Amino acid sequence: MSSPSSSPMAPPRSFLWSRRIFLTLLTGFVLIPVYVMVSSSLKPLADVTGKFRWLPSGLTVRPYIDIWSTVPLAKYFVNSLIVSVSATVCSVVVAVFAAYAVSRYDFRGKRVFTVTVLSTQMFPGILFLLPLFLLYVNIGNATGIALFGSRGGLILTYLTFSLPFSIWMLIGYLDSVPRDLDEAALVDGCGPLGALFRIVVPAAIPGIVAVAVYAFMTAWGEVLFASVMTNDTTRTLAVGLQGYSTLNDVYWNQIMAASLVVSVPVVAGFLLLQRYLVTGLTAGAVK
Amino acid sequence: MTTTTTAVQEPARVNSPGAAGGSGRRPGRIRRVGLPYLLLLPALLLELLVHLVPMVIGVVMSFKELTQFYIRDWGTAPWSGFDNYKVSVDFDAPVGKALLHSFFVTVGFTLLSVGLCWLIGTAAAVFMQDNFRGRGLLRALFLVPYALPVYAAVITWVFMFQHDNGLVNHVLHDQLHLTDKPSFWLIGDNSFWALLIVSVWKGWPFAFLIVMAGLQNIPRELYEAAALDGAGLWQQIRRITLPSLRPVNQVLILVLFLWTFNDFNTPYVLFGKSAPEAADLISVHIYQASFVTWNFGTGSAMSVLLLLFLLVVTGVYLVFTSRGRRTADV
Amino acid sequence: MRSIRAAAVGAVTMSLALAATACGGGSSTGGGSNDSPKTLTYWASNQGASIEVDKKVLQPELEKFQKQTGIKVKLEVVPWSDLLNRILTATTSGQGPDVLNIGNTWSASLQATGALLPWDAKNFAKIGGKDRFVDSALGSTGAEGKDPTAVPLYSMAYALYYNKKIFADAGISQPPATWAELIADGKKISAKGKSVLGAEGGNVSENIHHTFVFAKQNGGDFFTADGKPDFTNDKVVAGVKQYVDLMAKDKVIPTGDAEYAQNQSVSDFAKGKQAMLLWQSASANLKSQGMSDSDYGIAPVPVQSGTPGTGTQVNSMVAGINLAVFKNTKNLDGATKFVKFMTSDDEQKILNTAYSSIPPVKTAQGDAAFNTPANSVLKNTLATSAAALPQVASESQFETTVGTAVKNLFADVAAGHAITTDSVKAELEKAQQQMPAA
Repeated sequence: MSSPSSSPMAPPRSFLWSRRIFLTLLTGFVLIPVYVMVSSSLKPLADVTGKFRWLPSGLTVRPYIDIWSTVPLAKYFVNSLIVSVSATVCSVVVAVFAAYAVSRYDFRGKRVFTVTVLSTQMFPGILFLLPLFLLYVNIGNATGIALFGSRGGLILTYLTFSLPFSIWMLIGYLDSVPRDLDEAALVDGCGPLGALFRIVVPAAIPGIVAVAVYAFMTAWGEVLFASVMTNDTTRTLAVGLQGYSTLNDVYWNQIMAASLVVSVPVVAGFLLLQRYLVTGLTAGAVK
Repeated sequence: MTTTTTAVQEPARVNSPGAAGGSGRRPGRIRRVGLPYLLLLPALLLELLVHLVPMVIGVVMSFKELTQFYIRDWGTAPWSGFDNYKVSVDFDAPVGKALLHSFFVTVGFTLLSVGLCWLIGTAAAVFMQDNFRGRGLLRALFLVPYALPVYAAVITWVFMFQHDNGLVNHVLHDQLHLTDKPSFWLIGDNSFWALLIVSVWKGWPFAFLIVMAGLQNIPRELYEAAALDGAGLWQQIRRITLPSLRPVNQVLILVLFLWTFNDFNTPYVLFGKSAPEAADLISVHIYQASFVTWNFGTGSAMSVLLLLFLLVVTGVYLVFTSRGRRTADV
Repeated sequence: MRSIRAAAVGAVTMSLALAATACGGGSSTGGGSNDSPKTLTYWASNQGASIEVDKKVLQPELEKFQKQTGIKVKLEVVPWSDLLNRILTATTSGQGPDVLNIGNTWSASLQATGALLPWDAKNFAKIGGKDRFVDSALGSTGAEGKDPTAVPLYSMAYALYYNKKIFADAGISQPPATWAELIADGKKISAKGKSVLGAEGGNVSENIHHTFVFAKQNGGDFFTADGKPDFTNDKVVAGVKQYVDLMAKDKVIPTGDAEYAQNQSVSDFAKGKQAMLLWQSASANLKSQGMSDSDYGIAPVPVQSGTPGTGTQVNSMVAGINLAVFKNTKNLDGATKFVKFMTSDDEQKILNTAYSSIPPVKTAQGDAAFNTPANSVLKNTLATSAAALPQVASESQFETTVGTAVKNLFADVAAGHAITTDSVKAELEKAQQQMPAA
């Protein structure tokens, strides 16, 4: 990551000390819940249902074994993966098309389009939960395409959720890709789409990755729509994890273990891609 | 905006120089006019299907008496005119009063949360602008709360906020002896602070990320010039860094505001279906008004009011913050 | 160039098609049973220790049913947190299961939606007649004067569970029969460093179940005879206050319980931290948490004075699960057959044993399995001193608003605020005003 490295003068002591103190406190704030999550997932049940203790009385990996049988975690995991990945891929494709149109063309209704799409960002989800649900059911009844209860319906919903922000970010990013590049491609005989796929998309990879990460996380963590629109076979992790607070007892250690298991892939992917994120956002959102 | 003609900026030039691949002129005009629309079509259709049409249905519902007696066939539900709205804004009656209360709680919560997220995010980004040992590790670490799935993150906080067995009381009461007796965090007045802490914990890394990206766009020369003028680091931050971030902040704060204001997942996982009064965020409130009491008409009316409010706020905000800046695009 | 245009169109339509329809291949559900008389969809409520446990209990029975009738039942166990929402959405859309479990207190509310099949004499005849079921259970199947909207499946009642060892240590020889005795015993138990009585202060349903009984014991009803909410009459207020005072004034419920909403009080009892628990059919729960049957005793829930009975001597709600048929099922005969199967003597014995509930079917109730001391208490309570929650259309709203009011009151106690008749009345007033006008 190319950093703007240090300014010509060495930072003053006051700066260094403030930095040290601030970052230490912040690290504590960020890390404590993470530590609690990790350590509790390795504690026996008695430890997590009794008084909190920083150090486990004994370590056990049982929670990690039990989580798979207490609820069908693997199934939820697969569901979430299918839904999130599909929603991400679709969202990125659709957003790239739309952003390319807005960034490279002038056309009637452009402003209306961008404003409308962006304003959907402020819709309270609760407003269209029931209407959307009714719509899906009616489409299903009319056409036989099962949207309600299916992964397809959820994919459709999630991909649209992330769309406004994605389009808007990509417009910014594509604007920063020099037009000379696609012009040159057009001169070379590519059509506009050829230029898009051969030149613009490769040049916009950081922006696209940033958008994809955002879309994926939106889909992976959503609770409200998933709780209404899924059933036994299509339930996603965000809803399925609630299965650990069962009738009898709250299996805190299993909840923590399961939370960790579902978090690790996302966090790992996120951290691996973070270099793209910053570059993507630099040109996209922040231009 | 542009007139009906093409007014294509760049691709139009394909036609001018003797471009190689035979120009195929005939449908060219249509293509040039049509292509952007074609490219927008998927996005448009999706927005229509998932956002706009349901919103219209929602608005229609808000004018109906959609209670348990009619939900089975909501087309037959009687029109109720503005009754649902009247109930919602009758601030002397309990329903309206509760909505107003919830609205104020949400505004207060959102302002605090956005402010703190922005402050922490900016401070962290500025402090980490220069390279130092462990910077990369720290940055990765700071992004973890944002990357965690909402449920996993919030449920961990629930665990920590428990009255009897939680970490927070263990530290505050048992270890630091700051309180006379353990406090309740998930019920009662403290629940507001619990919610705020979780929200900030989850939200500040986004501000951090965006500001970090914004910092990269500040030309180095500005700092160098300032340094030559004898400005110290603190002064550079005040005179160059912060003003240069203004356009970034405009967007960042708006997005954070909308997300926080409409956030459902955090309070829902933290408190369940009925939130304590002190932390009765509007999204959960409306959820309860519609789903738990089975009155979707009133729930929809409340949502529409909320939407109107957000539209006004966003509009005013954009006009206000964009004054002086050219509002050419977006 | 034309090819490029074609490609453009192609790409766009493809992405559209991808987005609009498949996009990763969703599986369709809910529609299957509509086409075929050979399948049924069944939503079961979560009765056992976990959803997986429920599946293990129910699946073999469903296979038995398939063997008998050739009808395949697709089972989904729906968690309590989702069940009412799922029923609501199913009602709104007409896309639901064929057969489903409902909490018996919801019967009248769901009846009002008209989504469930009414059990008139003709339908009852198909499953062996109405008089196979005990009266108390039938009292919680819908509004009075209308055909029941569901059929009783499992019956449960509240009882007082007490830890024998803690009682012995505190020198208490007999479980308390009145609240005054319970409070007196509480002092002895507290002296031994144990907490006295558990409650789920944050659980809206539990709050309703208990305050309903306390109101009854004070001679109060939450609804007038013609079904109007009447939450603020003195007797109801006194009842609610008496319950909250168990924490506020009498200190038998620890303040920590104010935030309990996930059955932590059951765990506290099972772990021997707490001497008493008011719960419905807790045996299976306690066992799965490692508390053996011999460690605890079961007694009727205390009353104000005298012995449990009717009127002000009521000491439990009629708890239970009903089985309902979705009206627009396309497999009505199959659904009816399934209800008949589930309410047959054999199945009743198997299922109610697994869930430590009481069969609402008279002939099954007589089975030896339900004559254990624990079950006798429950059976006796159901037969003599349990009352059904109000069977009014706005029952589910009542649960929410009043349950939340009580939750707020507990939160006030936890925060150290005083609880007075006026503050209780104010909360209930607020609850009442949120009730639908109808």
